[in-house]
Amino acid sequence: MADVRNGIATRAGAMILAPVGWLANLFDSPLRMLQRRTGSNGMAVFFLAPNMLVFGIFVLFPLVINILYSMTGGGALFLGDRTFVGADQYGRLFSCSSYLDPKSCIEDLFWIAVWNTLAFVVLQVAMMVAVALVTALVLNRELRARSFWRAVFFFPVLLSPVVVGLIWRWILQRQGLLNLMVFEAGGTPVNWLVERNWAFTAAIMVSVWAHVGFYALILLAGLQAIPKDLYEAAEMDGTRPLRVFWRITLPLLAPNLLVVLVLTLIRAVQIFDEVYVLTGGGPGTSTLFLTQYIYEVGFASMLRNPGLASAASILMGAVLVVLTLIQLGIARRNEQRGKMR
Amino acid sequence: MSRVAEFLFRRRGGAGWHWTDVFTWFWLIGGLIVMFGPALWLVNSSFKTPAALAEFPPTVLPYVTAEAIVAGYEEPLQLFEVRNDDGSVRVLAEVRRLGTVAQMVDPANPGEIIRVNIKNRTPKRSIAFALDNYVQPFLAFDFFLYLRNSVFVTVVATLITLLTNSMAAFALSKYNFRGRSAVMMLIVATLMVPLSVILVPLYSVISAMGLFNSLWGVILPTVATPTGVFMLRQYMLTIPDELIEAARMDKASEWQIYWRIILPLTAPALAVLAIFSVVWRWNDFLWPLIVLSRKEVYTLQVGLNTYAGQLNVQWHYILAMTVVTMIPVVLVFIFLQRYITTGIAGSGLK
Repeated sequence: MADVRNGIATRAGAMILAPVGWLANLFDSPLRMLQRRTGSNGMAVFFLAPNMLVFGIFVLFPLVINILYSMTGGGALFLGDRTFVGADQYGRLFSCSSYLDPKSCIEDLFWIAVWNTLAFVVLQVAMMVAVALVTALVLNRELRARSFWRAVFFFPVLLSPVVVGLIWRWILQRQGLLNLMVFEAGGTPVNWLVERNWAFTAAIMVSVWAHVGFYALILLAGLQAIPKDLYEAAEMDGTRPLRVFWRITLPLLAPNLLVVLVLTLIRAVQIFDEVYVLTGGGPGTSTLFLTQYIYEVGFASMLRNPGLASAASILMGAVLVVLTLIQLGIARRNEQRGKMR
Repeated sequence: MSRVAEFLFRRRGGAGWHWTDVFTWFWLIGGLIVMFGPALWLVNSSFKTPAALAEFPPTVLPYVTAEAIVAGYEEPLQLFEVRNDDGSVRVLAEVRRLGTVAQMVDPANPGEIIRVNIKNRTPKRSIAFALDNYVQPFLAFDFFLYLRNSVFVTVVATLITLLTNSMAAFALSKYNFRGRSAVMMLIVATLMVPLSVILVPLYSVISAMGLFNSLWGVILPTVATPTGVFMLRQYMLTIPDELIEAARMDKASEWQIYWRIILPLTAPALAVLAIFSVVWRWNDFLWPLIVLSRKEVYTLQVGLNTYAGQLNVQWHYILAMTVVTMIPVVLVFIFLQRYITTGIAGSGLK
């Protein structure tokens, strides 16, 4: 049966690929002419070109002109039409009598978003790492059908943020499933997405729900790389499970934990999609985060100010660069340690 | 029964239950409910009529109240099961209700009005799937268009991603040229630049190229994925250089080497990247939200968000369309999940 299926798949694949192969052959003679001029090693440039062109136009160039954008003012879209204002946009972002009190700032929304994001990052990262670690530890035990259980926790990772947001909006609405459970348990239903603290909690919970499977998977790979004989030795000595965890598992998993910690930090700082669909930043501004602030100031709101959005995005980018450099440093150190082992 | 339980709960070594075993099963069963439950509840709700969705407490199965067309009445009448004094039950249709007394007729004998106390009757309900939730958005709204746009973006972006990334990976793994490490550094550096940092200037670039409100404006900025280049390069490094040398001896051009030798040998890695790319592009939200402002070019995600953001949310349609949006990803999950999980465990790709 499998042979038949493979045969069909191969034949179908060949049928689909036949015209593509024909197309590729058409390119051969002009490319041979090119190769005669560049030499075979020079063709590397040709192979790199499409990817680097896209990189250059859509990543590097925007990155460079973003700095220029953040030093201009007005509502015009193209850089040439904009007026140079120096560091005014940054000055505007930072003009506060007290940074702790967003109401005292000119750009009060920016500081609300900053503090919201900070609170979100601290709580969500702690929760994410804890849940991912427990899940990985559970999945690392001797389980029947481990791949099934691994898939269970991984399922939401594939869902789109819009789908995630809508699934939970439906559960958390006033007449939703959660309130049904509260009601059946004898409690009073709560309007989860309308009460500030509950909406913030929901944003954390939903983002953990959506991504925890990804981090659990990374940690699981780390756990499975820990040599089994260490555990066997501990078992022979009759060491208690908690002690095994503190003395063997945690120290040996530390590099992976660090990677997961930094990755969750990087993602949490940029949180937008699923929370935007879930709460729209509300109620009021209680779930307004940095990326949404940039989006609204740059594109959506009546008081569109691209320069200000640029300045805010550069500040956020600086934080992310620092975090990414830490991540790369850790990754390199892990690699070296792996070689030594 | 006890044997089944014994089989299910049998432990290695035959020892008794340790608290860690109890916790493991608590976590796994809890995870099963929490991870799948919300999505299943959404799928379940998507088959309910608006009236059934408004009910609290909600029912598990999709019920509709039964109606019948009775001779002599223009509108369909709602059916009730009426308990007679002798305990027997018959089905009557309601004509009108006055206080606690309803005037009802027997559908088989519509001439005679029967007065019934409303305490003695219950609405007749039957299980029915509101498939209209799925049909209407495609017929009356633009969801067919959104679906087509999403499929176009996903397929085209994935094809271009595979081509450009594999070409770049080939150059970076099989050629020695000046500035190779500089290019690698550049690609690493772009890992640090998430979309949210370059929103404003990227938007101006797209507008200057005339790609605003065009699906190409959604596709092009996403195709040069650094993770894709990396993964493919790692894989190509394992292909022996002797193969390429032998082909050069046989007068194969570099393009032929790429096309006939490297690509077929990289197929497993290309498949993984294709799966990732499909999921990424299908799920993209923030960038399409910015580039696409006209309804004709919305993707499913943007269209869904727009309809769900309206003041008067038509949940019965939204739920059904959310299920439709979920389908490709659920198919990937069922059939291709193991490629993704090994991809992530191997390289931390996402």
